[in-house]
Amino acid sequence: MGIGVSTRDLRKVYTSPPPLAGPAARGRLMGGKEKKKFEVVALDGVSLEMEPGEIFGLLGPNGAGKSTTIGILTTRVRPTSGEARIGQFDVWREQVEAKRLIGVVQQRPNLDFALTAREILTFHGAYYGLASADRARRSAELLEKFQLAERANDVARNFSGGMMQRLSIARAMMHDPQVLFLDEPSTGLDPQTRLLLWEIVRDYNRHGKTILLTTHNMEEADALCHRIAIIDHGRVIALGTPAELKASIPGGYLLRLHVSRTSAELVARLECLADVREARENGDRIDLYADRGGPLIGPIAAAVAESGTELYDVHISEPSLENLFLHHTGRSLRQ
Amino acid sequence: MNWTTFFAMLARDAHVARRNVVALLLQTMLQPLLFVFIFGRVMTSSGLMPENYKSMLLPGIIGMTMVFTGIQAVAMPLIAEFQFTHEIEDRLLAPMRIEWLAVEKVLAGMLQALVAGAFVVPASWLLLGKGVTLNFGQPLLFGGVLVLVALFASAGGLTLGCSVNQTQIGLMFSLLLAPMISFGCIYYPWSALSAFPVIQKLVLLNPLVYASEGLRATLAPQYGHIPLAVVMGALLAIDAALIAAGLKQFDRKAVS
Repeated sequence: MGIGVSTRDLRKVYTSPPPLAGPAARGRLMGGKEKKKFEVVALDGVSLEMEPGEIFGLLGPNGAGKSTTIGILTTRVRPTSGEARIGQFDVWREQVEAKRLIGVVQQRPNLDFALTAREILTFHGAYYGLASADRARRSAELLEKFQLAERANDVARNFSGGMMQRLSIARAMMHDPQVLFLDEPSTGLDPQTRLLLWEIVRDYNRHGKTILLTTHNMEEADALCHRIAIIDHGRVIALGTPAELKASIPGGYLLRLHVSRTSAELVARLECLADVREARENGDRIDLYADRGGPLIGPIAAAVAESGTELYDVHISEPSLENLFLHHTGRSLRQ
Repeated sequence: MNWTTFFAMLARDAHVARRNVVALLLQTMLQPLLFVFIFGRVMTSSGLMPENYKSMLLPGIIGMTMVFTGIQAVAMPLIAEFQFTHEIEDRLLAPMRIEWLAVEKVLAGMLQALVAGAFVVPASWLLLGKGVTLNFGQPLLFGGVLVLVALFASAGGLTLGCSVNQTQIGLMFSLLLAPMISFGCIYYPWSALSAFPVIQKLVLLNPLVYASEGLRATLAPQYGHIPLAVVMGALLAIDAALIAAGLKQFDRKAVS
């Protein structure tokens, strides 16, 4: 029971602007000197192993390669090289078998606007060969569960964003797939709907289903996922349980200082303070990774003053995946 | 091949078409019927056109209606679904090879083109009034031409729908479809272009010419027309080329 998902050394190079990408093209432009050839490396050797029955999170900023990874695993993006498997099936050699096992919720709404909510579910069931009675029963259950029963016979075109998202997830679950892919599932959802979504994802997982979700929301990854891979520029830069990952940041606490003038001398001085593990210059800011938060402010203020600089602001954050990402890339996830 | 999925998708298209039947009929029938009324009725009763023009016009109108119904039925939803609503993604993920989704679209488009043809024949006949002499003595050949024309229309729709950008829909109509109508031998037989030898050769590139001439050859053979064997051969070649091009474009749109 339960179906695992794996990728081995996946690479994807787009040679034309990818239709799946938003306005901010994924990946980074490779410097072509003479010719202005479009080439974007979206994935640069991604190998992942998702266990059966696991909630696995892909975390990274926009353009990191999350959607491309999902695209390859769901037959929508052809990999340049490497292998993707759903259970025993190679996604690109045994497409139909692989598609039977998966349900996909895309980042943007893609509901069939010509149909009502109920028809969207029943036709989806029909594509997967569900018998008519099963389609009716299961669509009714899902509409109820996702709080859409009252609008079941309305055309989805007029639904609000949150309703469309719920219906998309209901549709992906209609054929009871073994593996569920959710690409940025909570983008644009109100907090209440987000909690409902989390509950539904956990509940689905309790039935032994494997779930792969992408997010750039730390809180979501932390709350939902058993394991997380952090990706940036098409590479996996960290992998583990949320607790393991957070424990891997030096010190755990991050103190971001905003000062009037940064200098190597000041950074060195700060690094020498007790409980500070690492100090890094980051633009007009200095990032300190430390074992403690608040109690360090006094010594920091003194050190800054001694170097003849003014301290404008200190921001303290507790151990989090956000800090982890910052530690690995020097950039915030939201940048 | 997973026929369950295939027929479920066909059922979905039929369901949507049934729901929009009035709008669809108006969209596909109104313009041809207005042409029929003006050219076939007003011009003939006023004596500007001879009475036998009616029988010459009708096959051209059938061809035009079928071709434009087929193209629009396939191309317009594809343009919107691939570029704007992304509705098609659910079907791309269904457990069937994606080429078969393109085949399903072509089949649905053919059926719509044939239904449009079936509607436009009696409707035009009624509008034209007396004096229409059509020959249904070659039902098999007529049926064969109808199928080839319907396939040309929907395979053309597949190719266009997967090639034309959403912002170019207006251009598609004014630069491609409008000249196709004007030079499609709809209102005149191909032989009428003999006074313009260059144009007469050039229009042979227009697939609509073979649709009009083929229907004329089977329904109103009393008028001069391109030999039926040539018409059938050309339509077969055009159909094959458009299916190949359409499938290739579809794959490029569906998988990045």
